[in-house]
Amino acid sequence: MQYIPNIIFSALLISSLAFFIRNLKRLRRNINLGKGKTDPITNKPQRWKNMARIALGQSKMVSRPIAGLLHIIVYLGFIIINIELIEIVIDGVFGTHRIFSSIGFLYGVLIGLFEIFAVLVLIAVIIFWTRRNIVKIKRFFENKMVGWPKLDADLILYFEIILMSLFLLMNATDVEFQMMNNGNIVSGLIFPFFEGFSDQTLYYLERSFWWLHIIGILIFLNYLYYSKHLHIILAFPNTFYGSISNSGKLNNMKTVTNEVNIMMGKAVEPETNEDIKFGVSDVTDLSWLQILNAYSCTECGRCTSVCPANITGKKLSPRKIMMETRDRVEEFGKNIDRNGSFIEDNKKLLGEYISKEELWACTSCNACVEECPISINPLSIIMDMRRNLIMEESSAPVELNNMMNNIENNGAPWPYNQQDRLNWNE
Amino acid sequence: MIELKIKTIEEFQNEGTSPEILFWVGCAGSFDDRAKRITKAFVKILNSANISFGVLGKDESCTGDPAKRAGNEFLFQMQAMSNIEILNSFDIKTIVTTCPHCFNTLKNEYPDLGGSYEVYHHTQFINKLLDDNRFSIEGGSYKGKKITYHDPCFLGRANNEYNAPRNLIKKIDAELSELKRCKSKALCCGAGGAQMFKESEKGEKEINIERAEEIKNNSAKIVATGCPFCNTMLTDGTKSFENEDKVEVMDIAELIVKAKDL
Repeated sequence: MQYIPNIIFSALLISSLAFFIRNLKRLRRNINLGKGKTDPITNKPQRWKNMARIALGQSKMVSRPIAGLLHIIVYLGFIIINIELIEIVIDGVFGTHRIFSSIGFLYGVLIGLFEIFAVLVLIAVIIFWTRRNIVKIKRFFENKMVGWPKLDADLILYFEIILMSLFLLMNATDVEFQMMNNGNIVSGLIFPFFEGFSDQTLYYLERSFWWLHIIGILIFLNYLYYSKHLHIILAFPNTFYGSISNSGKLNNMKTVTNEVNIMMGKAVEPETNEDIKFGVSDVTDLSWLQILNAYSCTECGRCTSVCPANITGKKLSPRKIMMETRDRVEEFGKNIDRNGSFIEDNKKLLGEYISKEELWACTSCNACVEECPISINPLSIIMDMRRNLIMEESSAPVELNNMMNNIENNGAPWPYNQQDRLNWNE
Repeated sequence: MIELKIKTIEEFQNEGTSPEILFWVGCAGSFDDRAKRITKAFVKILNSANISFGVLGKDESCTGDPAKRAGNEFLFQMQAMSNIEILNSFDIKTIVTTCPHCFNTLKNEYPDLGGSYEVYHHTQFINKLLDDNRFSIEGGSYKGKKITYHDPCFLGRANNEYNAPRNLIKKIDAELSELKRCKSKALCCGAGGAQMFKESEKGEKEINIERAEEIKNNSAKIVATGCPFCNTMLTDGTKSFENEDKVEVMDIAELIVKAKDL
């Protein structure tokens, strides 16, 4: 009988890890639905540096100092406090209690640090909540930010408030730990509030807080896949695989190069006549990197808040581009889960999720790309969809067709004669 | 008026020589009345520094940038490949251009297609001339005057060039008064991504008006920029300004020409 808690704990741990891994596999499968071409992943040393600087070092977060500082607190708190998970898991599996407390002074230093961070995280998260729900900072609100995205953002904050509180309470009600007086910097201040409680009551309270805390963590772990909070994992690969060339460089499509070479007589048409599709209209046309981008997006809206089209009231929102992409990929993935393989649902990312009006509003100014704290590139999806509109659908605004006709016929976007190119000096 | 010294690459070739640089004039610089003045200003600088340069003239054609950004990769690559053929046939090594869109495309998108050149934006090239003591700017008619600068997206964010134009504003002894959104945070003029050639999508206001309002809030009465499209958009955006709000939109090359009275 005495092993029942250990068994329950192990079962919970294993099943939640198994569920998490199942979702990671699904995530990987969905990312790999993207069959579009990407540039080869070269210059790994530079990429490791980018990851260290941008994801680990949070270098781009601080361009907005208040949000940046608060985010660094929560991020550091998350990493540091999670060290305690090692002890919690060992205690849970083997039925021990604070297995590392015997190491003495260092243990106190660590737990003390965890407790201080727990308080800092609590403060930061409450400020985050206030910014979202009381101050109502503009970038947290747009058409797409209602329903689940809004709830998701708040839920994450509630999760963190609850987990940090439980951590402090579990320490505060641990009589043995309080008697050691080693590292209870914050919980020692909460302990007096439980003065009148019997040891028995405190024991049950401590056990309850301990269990709720670890169960909360396991739920949060499995919540990630369904949430924008997935960025805590994907920010790392995303910054690694993010572009390392000048952001002005828009990839040259190899398939087009081949076609143009054939047209110019520089290459021979290949025997195999594969159907080539140009640009992106749905999930499988995207590259795996574009889908990774979509899953990494935290919906912070920094991109949208600097988008010149969005600022001036156009429909385009780079964040919405990323969110719609993720929604469509998820739907596509669920369709496969249900049917074994994808069954046509008469929907497309381009059209049903992202409209032409949004795409044609982009000035390709790269403000969204520059602003993203984790190297997401909304512009690349916008451009690939324009490519589809032009090269597959022949659907361009009339003025753009005129512009392109002029280039084709006169070598300039306006109807001037190429022979007159030197007349500017007259 | 001083006669501008301009020769085509072909003329150089016929003489059996080649110039130090190719000046890529660009479509705006060739055909747009406002941008032609920028072209002339830059040529005055080149002439004054005795730089041997050639232009392609009727052999020049659109880089393909607006087609590419509109989504027409076919047209872009056809333009790019035929341009590269011409550039390579003249054995061009160094290209200078007054258009950041041409600059970006030539520099970043042509190499993959077989066209690798050393590409400079004119503000970069003028800085290089200063560094090499081949050209000098000291003070002049803008001394002490406030000038603000609008970063073209395709020079700034796209290619991380924020200093070259600013350094030149300092060289003419003007006081640089930055816009609130500047450098990597600069607001687009609204012309990029082929928007120059179409009506904007439905919205509350035009992007160039948004930028113009920011310019109005700046005490400088001269707006410098380094892009013919930005120039057009900002000139349009600020033309309704009256009396003491009036501003003048100038290319950096024009500022230098005026400062030095070239």
